[in-house]
Amino acid sequence: MSPPSDLRAEFRAGLLTALAPTLGVIPFALLLGALATDKGVSTAETALMSAWVFAGSAQFAALDTWSHPAPWLALGLLVLVVNLRHVFMSASVLRRMERFSLGQRLLALPLLADEIWAFSEARAARQPLTPAFFFGLALPFYLTWILSCAAGTLLGALLRDPRAYGFDFAFIAIFVFLILGFRKQGGFLATLAASAAAATVIHVVWPGPASIIAGTLAGILAAAAAHREDPR
Amino acid sequence: MNVSPDALLAIAAMALVTLATRLAGLFVPANFARTGRLAAAFAAMPVAVLTALIAPALLASAWTDAAAGALTILAAWRLPLPLVVGIGAAAAAGLRALAG
Repeated sequence: MSPPSDLRAEFRAGLLTALAPTLGVIPFALLLGALATDKGVSTAETALMSAWVFAGSAQFAALDTWSHPAPWLALGLLVLVVNLRHVFMSASVLRRMERFSLGQRLLALPLLADEIWAFSEARAARQPLTPAFFFGLALPFYLTWILSCAAGTLLGALLRDPRAYGFDFAFIAIFVFLILGFRKQGGFLATLAASAAAATVIHVVWPGPASIIAGTLAGILAAAAAHREDPR
Repeated sequence: MNVSPDALLAIAAMALVTLATRLAGLFVPANFARTGRLAAAFAAMPVAVLTALIAPALLASAWTDAAAGALTILAAWRLPLPLVVGIGAAAAAGLRALAG
């Protein structure tokens, strides 16, 4: 066990890391809430969805195809396809969770939204990932997501076009920043080029979540191919 | 504050499949692929996923977004995260406004 002062410092570091993605997610959450109202999904249903599913892109995709009564099988399959990347992400971050008990892992993994996962991996590339850091990062982001989605159902049309303000670029910028944080890693350029090429080509011929899976597979295959035994 | 039964069922289905994908890593043995090519593949996972998430938005989009992406990459090379986000969003909004 770490002394309480370490716990507090790690938790505080997590909170600090959460600041940028948490502020960045608010416009999207408001927009998601507005879309829910458009689709006749109530405030309570939207809050419940955000609390249980906690996956922004999947929730947007689901609301986009929402109808009444809600087609649970079609929505479940859609969300499964959109979220398949989380299989890779959980397998990867679990290797960084050596300091987590099984209970802590079971509490942490459901919170593995893209941003939480990405900042956890970035942290783990520099120092050991601790439960205190993880929950300091995940909890404010999670609570903000639920509350802002619910608020969006009430605010409705205030934020109709976040693209006009460049809000959609906030996450692109966050991900660019995180990607470059790995630039000293072996096989970085091969992974980057293969993933970008495969994702873009698949996106052009077949828009949708397939591009994410294709890019991921191409990227890790390129890294495996570029790997040399006994690197200096 | 109403939750209809069909919405509850749909939300539960969405939540269960999401949970399944996030817990799936628990079924990868802890000592699986610790060295060699498979370990390199695992280590590349963050870059591979994050690149796949954003590449279409930068490379298969209007020139304004590609240019804003290039500016963002330059900024991310040196600057701290909040500045990178500010520059990225401002560049995207500004270029889109210019392009009409």
